Amino acid sequence: MTRFSPSSCGGLRIALSNVEVMLRWSGAMWLEAERTLVVADLHFEKGSSYAARFGQMLPPYDTRETLDRLDREIALLTPDRLIFLGDSFHDGDGEARLAHDDARRLEGLALGRELVWAVGNHDADGPKVLPGEIIDEAVIAGLTLRHEPLPGVQFGEVAGHLHPAAKVTSGRATIRRRCFVTDGQRLVLPAFGAFTGGLNVLDEAFSNLFAGPLLAGALGPKRVHAVGRKSLRPD
Amino acid sequence: MLAADALPPKFRNWFAARGWSPREHQLAMLEKARQGRGALLIAPTGGGKTLAGFLPSLIELTERPPRNTPAGVHTLYISPLKALAVDVERNLLTPIREMGLPIVAESRTGDTGEARKARQRIRPPDILLTTPEQLALFCAWEGAREYFADLRCVIIDEAHAIWPSKRGDLLALGLARLQRFAPTLRRVGLSATVDDPDLVRKWLGVNSPPPCGEGVGGGGVSAALSELTPPPQPLPAGGRGPTSHNIDLVLGSGGAQPVVEVLVSGGRVPWAGHTAEHAMAEVYEIIKSSQTALIFVNTRFQAEFAFQRLWELNDEGLPIALHHGSLSAEQRRKVEAAMAKGALRAVVCTSTLDMGIDWGDVDLVIQLAAPKGASRMVQRIGRANHRLDEPSRALFVPASRFEMLECRAAADAILENHLDGDPPRIGTLDTLAQHVMGCACSEPFDLMALFEEVRSAGPYAELSWEDFETVVDFVSTGGYALRTYDKFRRIVQTPEGLWTARNAQARLQHRMNVGAIVSPGMINIRIGGGRRPMGGRKIGEAEEGYFEQLTPGDTFIFAGQVWRYNSMVGADAFVSPAPNDDPKMPSWGGSKFPLSTYLASRVRQMMHDEREWTALPPDVQEWLAWQKIRSAIPGDGEMLLETFPNGKRFHMVCYPFEGRLAHTTLAMLLTRRLDRLGVGPLGFVCNDYALNLWSLRPMDGLDLDELFAQDMLGDDLEAWLDESFMMKRAFKHCALIAGLIERRHPGAEKSGRQVTFSTDLIYDVLRKHQPDHLMLRCARHDAATGMLDIARLGDMLTRVHGNIRHMPLDRVSPLAVPIMLEIGRERAPGDAAGEMILAEAEEDLIAEAMS
Repeated sequence: MTRFSPSSCGGLRIALSNVEVMLRWSGAMWLEAERTLVVADLHFEKGSSYAARFGQMLPPYDTRETLDRLDREIALLTPDRLIFLGDSFHDGDGEARLAHDDARRLEGLALGRELVWAVGNHDADGPKVLPGEIIDEAVIAGLTLRHEPLPGVQFGEVAGHLHPAAKVTSGRATIRRRCFVTDGQRLVLPAFGAFTGGLNVLDEAFSNLFAGPLLAGALGPKRVHAVGRKSLRPD
Repeated sequence: MLAADALPPKFRNWFAARGWSPREHQLAMLEKARQGRGALLIAPTGGGKTLAGFLPSLIELTERPPRNTPAGVHTLYISPLKALAVDVERNLLTPIREMGLPIVAESRTGDTGEARKARQRIRPPDILLTTPEQLALFCAWEGAREYFADLRCVIIDEAHAIWPSKRGDLLALGLARLQRFAPTLRRVGLSATVDDPDLVRKWLGVNSPPPCGEGVGGGGVSAALSELTPPPQPLPAGGRGPTSHNIDLVLGSGGAQPVVEVLVSGGRVPWAGHTAEHAMAEVYEIIKSSQTALIFVNTRFQAEFAFQRLWELNDEGLPIALHHGSLSAEQRRKVEAAMAKGALRAVVCTSTLDMGIDWGDVDLVIQLAAPKGASRMVQRIGRANHRLDEPSRALFVPASRFEMLECRAAADAILENHLDGDPPRIGTLDTLAQHVMGCACSEPFDLMALFEEVRSAGPYAELSWEDFETVVDFVSTGGYALRTYDKFRRIVQTPEGLWTARNAQARLQHRMNVGAIVSPGMINIRIGGGRRPMGGRKIGEAEEGYFEQLTPGDTFIFAGQVWRYNSMVGADAFVSPAPNDDPKMPSWGGSKFPLSTYLASRVRQMMHDEREWTALPPDVQEWLAWQKIRSAIPGDGEMLLETFPNGKRFHMVCYPFEGRLAHTTLAMLLTRRLDRLGVGPLGFVCNDYALNLWSLRPMDGLDLDELFAQDMLGDDLEAWLDESFMMKRAFKHCALIAGLIERRHPGAEKSGRQVTFSTDLIYDVLRKHQPDHLMLRCARHDAATGMLDIARLGDMLTRVHGNIRHMPLDRVSPLAVPIMLEIGRERAPGDAAGEMILAEAEEDLIAEAMS
């Protein structure tokens, strides 16, 4: 079973392949020893991609909303390194559709720290104009960070891509929240973007990733709740 | 007044051959047509209403001189029900055939085949029978103007059911459009009895903006009234301000007075409940002694429950069927066909059979549980005996003591011809957005001209230019403060300054998402089990919210059988037959209709006037008498409020009789206030009659007038509303109607589940970054009028101010027993409750880890 303990900041401290990591209620992962903040699946400009592709006018504020939440984490933690774990833009043209102010804010994130863009399936080339290093995967503190989890058992892998969500039922009431999911060996991060949905962690897509018992870290306002397999429900 | 010989000989002979003579209102409708006036015909069912609507068109078409060019549609008939349009087509073909008239009448609904639709486009029938949604599609056609250039008459059937709704808004806008295509067009409405015909006339008519200093126009009312001699209808001022319209009122003679009885089964009325289970055996006996009975209930679950109980009692194997909106369309059609053939003795049904095809054989209407409104009840009773001279028979079966009062009040109201009133209709802006997009798909429009056209529609007579511009901007760019979407506009301006749809894709997408009916996400119920079930016969549909209450393994009743819920895959729920032992029935919380304002005031009246008690069964009289001794009976204009301890809790129960929605809103707001006062309520329950809050601390010493002060509808309401689930649901509905999000996309249909999830995120982001956005305004308006009944709550707070009668008691009062029994029903968790569930799950896990 995964070792975990709640922290005073509302986060959940877990041992991942014997590396201590902090799961934040924002949905970010914090490696304190490395002063590295990792967020997955930002899907910037998802709203505007619907307008561009289908003429559907969803509110264009999702990028701003995601940046606001990212800024709060950065102000609290002052990381030296910021890693976007893939699917940072919803599509290849997303960068070109950024509102002027939002683009300036993204540039600002690279000031005084290392900004790393791991590529994902939605943004296979990475940004064209914005600053930062573009990579496929990275190894930090013994953990392997990549967008899409590799099939089979992987030790010390941190990935995104799947947008995990946990459904919990008590009596007759049910809630569904974005979540972290881990078995102590690998970790899948929730999507950080404002307009991103979630896939139930009991879905088949997760079933061959984990060898040990599942632990979900469900995101609530101001804290991460550790939820065991027994309390999880399928959709 | 026209005499019967005003009919052309062919028609006169046809009436004579059938042994009929034209009814007064049929001739009156003909006269209106000859004068070129629009008309609203109000007549009870069975009065030859449909024929009265069509007669002028049939005669005009027969007398029409031959033309060189093929003619367009002459008469457009619009019914809220697809099935009704098809049925009227069939009924219309009879006189056309028997008189040998050179008239083509055809229906066109969502179910009409593509080949027929294409043919209708090239060779329009003389009479086209269709639905409001099809009209919205017509308005979005390229070439609609030419297609409808010959239109002379539009007939709206069941006008009373359509006008006070978003479908009614869309229809009124469609009529305004047709009027521009065919300026001589006459509008005709067919309606059941309504409280205030003026409101329907205003909705139906062409509204000219008020001429300066001019009084009320029209003038048709008094003329029509003096010509006919039915019981005079109350004609209050109605509407808001002087607008003129050209719709005259024609009243059919009233049918025989219905016979309404209230069943007191076994001489007793249960304290609480919604199912009327106690009366089922007697109801079965009554079915046995009548020819064909329609058994109305208020919810699908009540329908399932009653159907199951009746079959348990059905030793004689009487053909008793079930009809509600969750059954598959095929199953419903089967029941309707069996009914039409006279093969059934009873049908248990919900509002799905409130209107529609006439069945002459129904001789009894049974209302299980409370009727909730007098107008709806008159509709339902009208389903029995579609022959004018015979009285309809109706039986009310109250399920609880409060319902007993309500049934009695409804029966009296019906006998006295008093109906529930509707407020005047103000057209909704999400619906207008859909219409504007439709217009742009059809042909380029001029902004000013469209504004004038829209304002000629009754519900939009007072639309402001600012709101209109906001709507057009929303249609074009989404209406956001950030001009991000300027390059993706859905409608664009031509070099001449006219507005038109951006491209063919925008048109296609609009056409796929037309209509103002937003149903909750529906889940297909299929037979199948195992981990990866496939295929499986579909047995029906249910709202997705229903399955959120079930966990795999739970048993439930559907389509009259017990099923086990196995799994959910996409939009399919897989189930298997389960043994018939005590299924876990989901709670259904009584009626989905709120108690009408009018009926509520009658119930209050009946309570405080002891002379009226004699009409009630002995146990109900005794109950009220005990209430008088133990606590108090509220006086005229008073609201009773009781406080008392029960177990470890202290309760506050009050009896506003304003319906569940208004009570729930009130309870939410009172909870916030009591929290601030440090009383910290633990919870509340509401029903249509009362609300019950409880706390660990006594609530005797509160300043009640301050607690119930009207200012709770200010900041407290705003703060609560923004977080409420109801606002999210209202937002989703508005966003779907206005085209912000799509139900259908070329290639794939989004499931209700997907739509729900993404609209919640959209709602949160929009609320934070642009709280005055048009869609949020629309959602707030809908939530306030429909789901939360805030207007009604406001009236109630004004009424009770200074009139709260507080009775501090040492124990529960007789009147409070029913609402005390409601405790135990669960509610959807709010944010705080959701956190508690997670915390609980976490405790379980920690315990597991430590053991």
